[in-house]
Amino acid sequence: MLILHCPYCGVDADETELAAGGEAHLKRFGPGSSDEEFEGYLFGRENPRGVHLERWRHAHGCGKWFHAARCTATLEVFGTYSAQVTEPPAEIREAITAKRPGWSWREFS
Amino acid sequence: MSEAVSALAGARFEGAAVVADTGPRGMITVRGDLSDAKLVKAVTGAAGVAMPGQREARVEGAKGLLWMSPDELMVLLPYEEAPAAAEKIAKALAGSHHLVANVSDARAVFAVTGAAAREVLAKLTPADLHVSAFGPGQVRRSRFAQVAAAFWMTNETDFELFCFRSQAVYMFDLLSAAARKGAGVGYF
Ligand SMILES: [Zn+2]
Repeated sequence: MLILHCPYCGVDADETELAAGGEAHLKRFGPGSSDEEFEGYLFGRENPRGVHLERWRHAHGCGKWFHAARCTATLEVFGTYSAQVTEPPAEIREAITAKRPGWSWREFS
Repeated sequence: MSEAVSALAGARFEGAAVVADTGPRGMITVRGDLSDAKLVKAVTGAAGVAMPGQREARVEGAKGLLWMSPDELMVLLPYEEAPAAAEKIAKALAGSHHLVANVSDARAVFAVTGAAAREVLAKLTPADLHVSAFGPGQVRRSRFAQVAAAFWMTNETDFELFCFRSQAVYMFDLLSAAARKGAGVGYF
């Protein structure tokens, strides 16, 4: 059972109130990009055992999208944060580092 | 104009708690910048209550304001007053990014009353309904079994909730089953 704090309505939402939105911080490659870039954007996804950054939506709640940092192996949640950012904020990175020293995820660490 | 009827025409179930269709209710969805003075003035004027903060329900009698999300409110008022009130709010918000929709006929409202009401709801929603976590003055959007709903308390024991009108029968059956005599859990 996963419980994520929705940063928009402040509710600690049960997993069954949420809709999973897949990997966070995807960089879009559209018209004008190379085939490799476009393929990576469409199909290339992280699938870590450990630290993961994801998008979630409080579907049966306030309806807002947000980001979550959690461990896929233990379901430990390091924190949730605004959807309006392109990278995990400093306090989220610090919270992950405190629990998983030396972690890295795509270009973040 | 045709006669307005609620989804279940006043259906009522009496068990450990009473589940009742409360009849037609005026409901206006308002989306926009909730810190905008124009919006605050328009919605508080329509509902006659103070502006609610995060997850707050300000309900007095038939009128009230529910905080639905950081950019969404639900205005409650008597059914007949909704069309004119929606028009007035929309006029007040002209020129700013907003949405005003009279959703009165798209929702079903139920009252769940009696000492067991809290337990009836807690059986169906993952929302924390412990007395220390939820009480009068708050509103919570969540799910009841498989459908979305929002609920608030009208006093220390009684709840009101609404869902989509097309799901009214499902919701009524769900609440009634959870409220059957002898189906108590006794957690609260
Ligand atoms: Zn939320």
